Amino acid sequence: MSEREVLELLRENARYSTADIARMTDLSESEVEAAIEDLEAAGVVRGYQAVVDWDKLEDERVRAEVELNVTLDRETGYADIAARLARFPQVTALRLVSGDYDFDMEVEGDSIREVSQFVSEKVAPVPEITQTVTHYVMTSYKENGIELGDGDDDDRLSYSL
Amino acid sequence: MTLEQSERASQVPPSGIRRFFEIAEERDDVISLGVGEPDFSTPWAARDAAIASLERGQTSYTANRGMRKLREAIADYVERFDLSYDPDDEILVTTGASEAVDLAFRAFVDPGDTVAIPQPSYLSYEPGVGLAGGEVLPVQTTEDDEFRLTRDGLEAAGAADADVLVLCYPNNPTGAIMTEANLEPIADFAREHDLTVFSDEIYAELTYEGSHASIAAFEGMQERTIVFNGFSKAHAMTGLRLGYALGPAEGIDAMNRIHQYTMLSAPTTAQHAALEALASCEGDVREMVDQYDRRRRFVLSRFEELGMPCFEAKGAFYVFPKVPTEWDCEAFAEELLREEGVAVVPGDVFGAGGNGHLRVSYATGLEDLREALARIESFVTEHA
Repeated sequence: MSEREVLELLRENARYSTADIARMTDLSESEVEAAIEDLEAAGVVRGYQAVVDWDKLEDERVRAEVELNVTLDRETGYADIAARLARFPQVTALRLVSGDYDFDMEVEGDSIREVSQFVSEKVAPVPEITQTVTHYVMTSYKENGIELGDGDDDDRLSYSL
Repeated sequence: MTLEQSERASQVPPSGIRRFFEIAEERDDVISLGVGEPDFSTPWAARDAAIASLERGQTSYTANRGMRKLREAIADYVERFDLSYDPDDEILVTTGASEAVDLAFRAFVDPGDTVAIPQPSYLSYEPGVGLAGGEVLPVQTTEDDEFRLTRDGLEAAGAADADVLVLCYPNNPTGAIMTEANLEPIADFAREHDLTVFSDEIYAELTYEGSHASIAAFEGMQERTIVFNGFSKAHAMTGLRLGYALGPAEGIDAMNRIHQYTMLSAPTTAQHAALEALASCEGDVREMVDQYDRRRRFVLSRFEELGMPCFEAKGAFYVFPKVPTEWDCEAFAEELLREEGVAVVPGDVFGAGGNGHLRVSYATGLEDLREALARIESFVTEHA
């Protein structure tokens, strides 16, 4: 159960120090460290990344959501196709989904041209892929549970009883 | 000509924290742990319901007692505290729990009546008693008892002869809670001495160990108790001003007779928000309570580390540390504000029983709490 608590806190802010996590839970620092090690060893926690608002940077970052339809045969399953696609560094997320298409793929690149070329030259030609629909991200409002707006100012009085 | 204040109005004391406001105004880097309201916004679903009600043009008065549907939802909600009230005539929706408190003093306190109030305690009770012409009987609670009210404390204060006993648990400013076992002797005392009880349970949902117990749930207590609760703390709705009173039908009727002339009805928009808050915001409340609990543990740990002992407050969003013995709590709070820009409320504002303590609110994000505690630590170290 303590692992679950630590996991929740890391999901909230992966940069919380083990000392702060210990203070917020009833765990000792060494127990927190052990819980994090266990979570990493078990592959539950796969990494720690910054949540970026690309609009705040001058460098362009192009992202697209790509819908993929595939056909399967006896030798080729979803996992085979996924493994092939996931190896491309341009692919930042890949999920099998229910509904009108099979895979939901997120792609990143430095330009629209780069992303378009990647989809048309590397993804579309894969024999099992029958259709691709590319949606370029125009603006992002929320990433990883974090709203990207300017935030609400704390307009409370400094003292209230 | 000058407006001549009534004697009653002139007896109402000015706020004990006004001068702190003025000092805080002078700096722009103040981190405030002096706030008695949530840092969260009202859950979006509740705000959205309020907006939708405005779009539909639902801007007229409601029934004096509040929308029937809301009273039904409140009746369902308070069942979690083992309370059972009839939405027809035992629930009154008010403009904040504050209005319910005010109505109760007006409806049940006559000139010369004695109202026993545990100290330290939230500040609005004393003026309420004063305006009704009653006398306040302070009942000290102590850190040794974790600021719980005890039967011994009531007896020592002479509360047996009081007419009304006010309870406020989870407590502002100490963060103390009263468990069922703690409340039982108090309920016995109230029955034995025929006391009316006002139980302010506005922080009920913010209970971090066990679950909240209401004195009204004890045998023979519902008929002598008025419970105050509301949406300000649990549902982060302070500015929407919505609370309620629960009590026996004739008591609620007395309060409603005053309410119908002084308030007519609680704000309609807020009632729509509250209805949605009860219908769908349980998850938001749990999430906020979890956050408060983490911050509570964090703040308690930090005070311990920096050498300011602090009993384990298990409710509301306050801790109540002791200032170092060489300090007076007013001076400590003022110097801390001037030197480090950290706002806390000196405990004596809440009655003499709070002397030597600070009310520290953790209704503030963890980053600010971390920074504020670091500043307190350097302040304490510097003045050691």
